Amino acid sequence: MKLTGTINVVALLVAAAMAIPPLAATEIPPNERRSGYTFMAPDTQAIQDDDTANPGMLWVLDGEALWKRKAGAAGKACADCHNDASATMKGVAARYPAFDKVLGRPVNLEQRVNLCRARHQEASPLAYESRDLLALTAFVAEQSRGMAIAPDATSELAPFVAKGRDFFMRRQGQLNLGCTNCHDDNWDKHLAGSAVTQALPTGYPIYRLEWQSVGSLQRRLRNCITGMRAQSYDYGAPGLVELELYLMSRAQGMPIETPAVRP
Amino acid sequence: MASALINVPKKAKRGDIIEIKTLMSHIMETGYRHTASGQLVPRDIITSFACRFNGAEIFRADLFPAIAANPFVSFFTVATESGKFDFEWIGDNGFTETASATIAVE
Repeated sequence: MKLTGTINVVALLVAAAMAIPPLAATEIPPNERRSGYTFMAPDTQAIQDDDTANPGMLWVLDGEALWKRKAGAAGKACADCHNDASATMKGVAARYPAFDKVLGRPVNLEQRVNLCRARHQEASPLAYESRDLLALTAFVAEQSRGMAIAPDATSELAPFVAKGRDFFMRRQGQLNLGCTNCHDDNWDKHLAGSAVTQALPTGYPIYRLEWQSVGSLQRRLRNCITGMRAQSYDYGAPGLVELELYLMSRAQGMPIETPAVRP
Repeated sequence: MASALINVPKKAKRGDIIEIKTLMSHIMETGYRHTASGQLVPRDIITSFACRFNGAEIFRADLFPAIAANPFVSFFTVATESGKFDFEWIGDNGFTETASATIAVE
């Protein structure tokens, strides 16, 4: 009887310890960082590795066609200013989101495409998660494949990165979780059957098997925020761009994999 | 903007077993899903895929609603002679796409 009592007390203590939030979350040390790729099954890795099996390449091909297509009142194509994307767009995705001096805030790749459309092509903006916007961003980002992520070091960006970090660390939603509680503290564990992973956005836009489509980093972030039963920001909201900025700073030095495949 | 990705070896030795990989852009809407307002989303899938080599059919597949978007079909064949592979996808709402690839057999 006494032994059972002891076990019960131990069980209670363990339960209590689990319910107490950790005092301070610790970010992942650089040498322990792993791309989401390394958490995948070999079959899924094989899809990403073969450009003729990777469905994300369908969007890249579409993007290549759009790059050369004239749009808007100005009758200009992306290629008319930026010429050959394989030279001019190389490394762009590796340093985005970047600071836009006119707006005075950071913009991500999707917003940059739409700003270019408004300012130079005089065309209407492409909707978030539309086929055309995903195709163009996938095509641009693919030009940086294999390059190390190198966030823009402008000091103007620093306060925005800090805000993104705040968001990542802050507990919120009905489940009272912060991003860090899963992605820093429990990335080596599973949530239901899926690997938690480290929140390192190396391959966006990604082809996600669950979506059966390519999707942006913001789509993924909104999924996660809804998953912790918090109120998500709208697409393109400054809060999401700040979070993107912080996540890219976490992934500094890791190679771009666009278009990556994830389960 | 439907497009296909085809992977056929450019060269092969006579008698070699070669793998042919095809990827077709398609939403493969099952016809079983409903919108938020309860309306049925009509079925829109690829229903058949065929591959001909120098005019003769060497592979055919029927596709059904349970197949995921952007169907990836790969199969093996024996390289017998140089020639041209013609691929054809047919689906709902008059969907047809074709692609081709050549191989040199030594």
